[in-house]
Amino acid sequence: MAKYLLLKHYRGAPAAVNDVPMDQWAPEEISAHVQYMNDFAARLGKTGEFVDGQALAPEGTWVRYDGEGRPPVTDGPFAETKDLIAGWMVIDVDSYERAVELAGELSAAPGAGGKPIHEWLELRPFLGVKPTITE
Amino acid sequence: MNEVLLRSLTPSVLGILVRRGADFAAAEDAVQDALVEALRVWSADPPRDPKGWLVTVAWRRFLDATRADAARRRREDRVDEEPAPGPAPAVDDTLQLYFLCAHPSLTPSSAVALTLRAVGGLTTRQIAQAYLVPEATMAQRISRAKRTVSGVRFDQPGDVATVLRVLYLVFNEGYSGDVDLVAEAIRLTRQLAAAIDHPEVAGLLALMLLHHARRAARTASDGSLVPLAEQDRGRWDTESIAEGVEILQAALARDRLGEFQAQAAIAALHADARTAEETDWVQIVEWYDELARLTDSPVVRLNRAVAVGEADGPRAGLAALAAVDDTLPRHTAVAAYLHERDGDLTAAAQLYTEAAQKAPNLAERDHLTRQAARLNARGGR
Repeated sequence: MAKYLLLKHYRGAPAAVNDVPMDQWAPEEISAHVQYMNDFAARLGKTGEFVDGQALAPEGTWVRYDGEGRPPVTDGPFAETKDLIAGWMVIDVDSYERAVELAGELSAAPGAGGKPIHEWLELRPFLGVKPTITE
Repeated sequence: MNEVLLRSLTPSVLGILVRRGADFAAAEDAVQDALVEALRVWSADPPRDPKGWLVTVAWRRFLDATRADAARRRREDRVDEEPAPGPAPAVDDTLQLYFLCAHPSLTPSSAVALTLRAVGGLTTRQIAQAYLVPEATMAQRISRAKRTVSGVRFDQPGDVATVLRVLYLVFNEGYSGDVDLVAEAIRLTRQLAAAIDHPEVAGLLALMLLHHARRAARTASDGSLVPLAEQDRGRWDTESIAEGVEILQAALARDRLGEFQAQAAIAALHADARTAEETDWVQIVEWYDELARLTDSPVVRLNRAVAVGEADGPRAGLAALAAVDDTLPRHTAVAAYLHERDGDLTAAAQLYTEAAQKAPNLAERDHLTRQAARLNARGGR
């Protein structure tokens, strides 16, 4: 009963084992990849472990406050940045081990040649664990 | 329409259906139908015997559903052939339901969800809100749990320890949404304690009441944590404390000590002190020794180190801490506190910062960051 965020990166993560850019895959390989992830999400829905998931566009914009009465400063899209998030999924599982197991499964989505891409996924626990009262 | 009354009747009605031979999932559906019907008609036409009414309607729903399902024909025949059961004490059925919902074949989160639904009578939406997951996710969790226990025989006595663990999980979850899970856990544990004569059930109930009694003082108005020593003891709920202590004393007198009784004894010693300085730390250390003997848990040894630090001074506390695995959550926080009490403020500030980075939740992280900032500010910048 702990929530974890699975982060897929466009960039910033270590290279996948089967590291071929998606635009060089066959169309049916892309379909198989997407289907795999949809099936994965649907299966977690059935086990009662799915919370949320979304894909993100590759462009983002940096925004900051620029002082009283002035519009926020924007800068972007930030093509220079090292880290880019492609999408996320939130799961609610019974243990860290289960979270790792699921992240491993998601990382096995098929890529070029129909083989698993072995991409690195970032697994982050939510700071939501309730304080067990021990005082 | 009294929703509280309906919720309190749900488990025994469900238990009666299951004992009459309905499988768990079908019985649960039938009881939910009956509850919806009750909400519809009771306000205009309240029954004289609400429980009897619910049993009758739910049983009729169950038979209707069973008849409609050709594949279930054989079970229907079996049920029809069975002699009508005589009246049985309601508590027995509810008790069996506790064991079924906490069945070892269920994962902890499924057991918790099923208990809240079947024994607590909460709606799927309420449970989903409390655990901050989508309603569809919680519905799947519950229906999977129902399927898992569907084949479990209802007449085998379950494991009390498993039930208690599930209830304590609910208690520790706190609250969000429109259901206070702390209050719900206490209500269910009270119900269990009334149905079963077991010192550890009493121990858990006492522990919950004693912890709950300090709830109002535990957080400031801005939501930040208030450490035990700084809590406004005037805000402790003395009625809950008195009840918890009384239940605990009766349980301890049975001379069948368990970990919940030992934990409750520690909580009672805290609750008993009118000021932080009056806390009987020597006796608390003794209870931690008992607890360590019962559980051999590293978390207990960590908490014991804190108590030793109070009873025999920070150096003794640090010595006790040195024997505890330093990868444990909160180990660094305890080290920071003991170093501060020992006067080593530089090391303490550093450790508080480190502990904040490892904190498992926001309230603790903010608290530890504030501790580090307080010590750093004292050093002057």
